Amino acid sequence: MKTIKILGTGCAKCKSLYQNTLEAVKLSGIEATVEKVEDIQEILSYHVLTTPVLWIDGKSVIRGRVAEVTEIRQLLLQ
Amino acid sequence: MARPGILLFSGLILWGLLYAGLQPAADFLTVTVLNLEPGTHFAESFRFFIFEVPKVLLLLVLILFFVGIIRSYFPAEKTRKLLEGKPAFTGNLLAGLLGIVTPFCSCSAIPLFIGFIETGIPLGVTFSFLIAAPMINEVAVVLLIGLFGWKIAAIYVATGLSIAVSSGWIIGRLRLEKYVADWVYQVQTGVQYEAEIRLLFQDRMRAGLTSVQEVLSKVWLYLVLGVGVGAAVHGYAPEDLLADIMGQNSWYSVPLSVLIGIPLYSNAAGILPVVSVLIEKGVPIGTALAFMMSVIGLSLPELVILKKVLKVKMLFIFAGIVGTGILIVGLLLNSLI
Repeated sequence: MKTIKILGTGCAKCKSLYQNTLEAVKLSGIEATVEKVEDIQEILSYHVLTTPVLWIDGKSVIRGRVAEVTEIRQLLLQ
Repeated sequence: MARPGILLFSGLILWGLLYAGLQPAADFLTVTVLNLEPGTHFAESFRFFIFEVPKVLLLLVLILFFVGIIRSYFPAEKTRKLLEGKPAFTGNLLAGLLGIVTPFCSCSAIPLFIGFIETGIPLGVTFSFLIAAPMINEVAVVLLIGLFGWKIAAIYVATGLSIAVSSGWIIGRLRLEKYVADWVYQVQTGVQYEAEIRLLFQDRMRAGLTSVQEVLSKVWLYLVLGVGVGAAVHGYAPEDLLADIMGQNSWYSVPLSVLIGIPLYSNAAGILPVVSVLIEKGVPIGTALAFMMSVIGLSLPELVILKKVLKVKMLFIFAGIVGTGILIVGLLLNSLI
């Protein structure tokens, strides 16, 4: 069971990263919870400098860009 | 590692061949295939259009690709580390330069601002970064090279950088820390350093390709339309109202263009065709560049985002200092060129 979070204030890039992540989770068939974090104060508590951020199990693996579905899938399967 | 290298090399050769073939192809299509008479207005406009559009697109692909690769070496975390503990001026200059190469989108302005302040980077240095990042734009550089040559492009980068460095330095000297929203200073929850994400060269090449795709998909239509308008007015005499106001080299033309530019918001690709038409119609280059910088460097949406971390008074001071900087650059260029 993986805990996935997408940090971002709702800009276009954040939305695409969220969509790609959902797709990647579906394709990889693993069990995971995917949560969007949109509140700026809460995002700041994760110590990120750029959004969007893909957060998997307590670590930021993608920072400040949109990742493709295949790339996220690889990260999930690691 | 051999494969990405070979790909890159063959890509560059292909690019060079395409670029070298543009002018002959445009001539061939205009004169031989469509049998248009060279020298007539329509033939020249047409030739201009079918030469300029692919030229600007090719330049854009090349520059965006390398910008993408360069940016993969400067994640925001690294930029912050580089800026820590730098004294004023050196810090401002470094922040301005890093503002050019660090990937930045205005939606990240707040986490970045707080992240910088939190690690003790001075307010003025932080502002140099925040001013340079949107103002010096790679798409604008390419379009300026393509439409007016590298000298104008170099002037744009140099003056943009000077504005960012000096405005940040002044903001630092004015000691405006009290005008930052109070909650910013309460965020301090201790800074964690995260290990840099390791990238192979092929990852960086992929970052380059992504940057090409991302920007091109957003701006290609503006480019085609803009060059189309440019082609249509190619060679006509100035008559436009806007060009009339800005065209007279009177004292108020530069401040007026800066003021018109602030509420207008557009990306560089959208505004540059307008700028090229203005210049075509006789607007002095300083006025036109000041207008462009004001549109892309000082925008209402960005001010609205910054309002979350800055008090209103600080917003006015910020816009005032940057606006004055753009104004000085515009007047200076007009009197020099």
